[in-house]
Amino acid sequence: MAIQHLNKENFDGTIQSGTVLVDFWATWCGPCRMQAPILEQLDAKQLPGLTIGKVDVDEQPELANRYGITSIPTLVVFKNGKAAAKQIGVTGLSQLEDMVR
Amino acid sequence: MWCLLQKKGWESAKLKKKKKGSAGMAVYNALVIGGGPAGAAAALTLRNRNKTVAVVANPPETTGLSKAPEIRNYPGLSASGREMQARIDRQLQESGAEILPGRALSVASLGLTFGTAVGNSFYESESVILCLGMPRSKGYPGEEELLGKGVSYCATCDGMLYKGKKVAVLGSGEETEKDIQFLESIGCTVIHPTGKNIRIEGTGKVERICMGETEVPVSAVFILGGRILTASLVQGLLLESGQILVNANMETNIPGIYAAGDCTGAPYQLAKAVGQGNVAGYRAAEYVENKRT
Repeated sequence: MAIQHLNKENFDGTIQSGTVLVDFWATWCGPCRMQAPILEQLDAKQLPGLTIGKVDVDEQPELANRYGITSIPTLVVFKNGKAAAKQIGVTGLSQLEDMVR
Repeated sequence: MWCLLQKKGWESAKLKKKKKGSAGMAVYNALVIGGGPAGAAAALTLRNRNKTVAVVANPPETTGLSKAPEIRNYPGLSASGREMQARIDRQLQESGAEILPGRALSVASLGLTFGTAVGNSFYESESVILCLGMPRSKGYPGEEELLGKGVSYCATCDGMLYKGKKVAVLGSGEETEKDIQFLESIGCTVIHPTGKNIRIEGTGKVERICMGETEVPVSAVFILGGRILTASLVQGLLLESGQILVNANMETNIPGIYAAGDCTGAPYQLAKAVGQGNVAGYRAAEYVENKRT
């Protein structure tokens, strides 16, 4: 499934079931841009039950605030609506796979 | 003339060999972090082997070498550190290595290649050589514990999260001044403490910055200019007392990532930095060649 762009309208609906990896990012951040091809590689693995989403903290400050984002990129794994894991900084493919497992 | 011809040969080799990577950008054979003597030795060695090289470098006056008043124990040469660094810069420019001014923020595996984030951009390479200079062993008190919890190395990345808030900036130099202007332009109130005995405090997140007896409440501390903690630059890199662990081939624990110079430990000498940079350059060149066969 393609990586979804999340906003405050579709966020809650998206995270409420299954495993959802959300990348809090922004366009003006070099490390965030480096995270993007890594997420695409994870997406290409088509892990069953995994959805990948991105939140642009510049456009969605409420969501960034709600999850206490203090640095970007921050990756949060939601399991059935609950934040289950959080990682700050560019995160490699194998570590992401461990996080969503 | 020799120099010009040589340069031309190097340039064309560079254009020929550049190829596209996973993010659709040019992929360098090697990316060197650091423009001091170790980084330069690695980059020049790689250029001699016709490899494409980018060098991420802070301003030359910030290298350890530039601060040495006089080098007297380097065989065949004696000069001031500043003079040596100026020659090194010229050599690097003439070598056809691409100089990327700025501070590397993060190095990560992108699968078959590595990505290195510098400011708002990132670059892709088949190998990475860390020539970071003398380790800033522990950083400021509170820096490591509160990193990502209000302590940030990148004003353009994280500044927006502190719009309208009071923040502190530590560091100096032209880039730092620009970053302070940026933070002010997005509505941050910026304090810029200098001097010694600076501590960052807070429970779970940054709450204040302390300068001796003075405490100022702030929401974030941006540590700009100078070095970032090695552990936060490359995730999973093995360190010992802040120094990067390498073997005699200058290999780190991550295949494809090498390290050379002061960041691998004492002696903090020009000759040792150059020697290690040279070995790292050769080994990285071999690594890139072997990967293709």
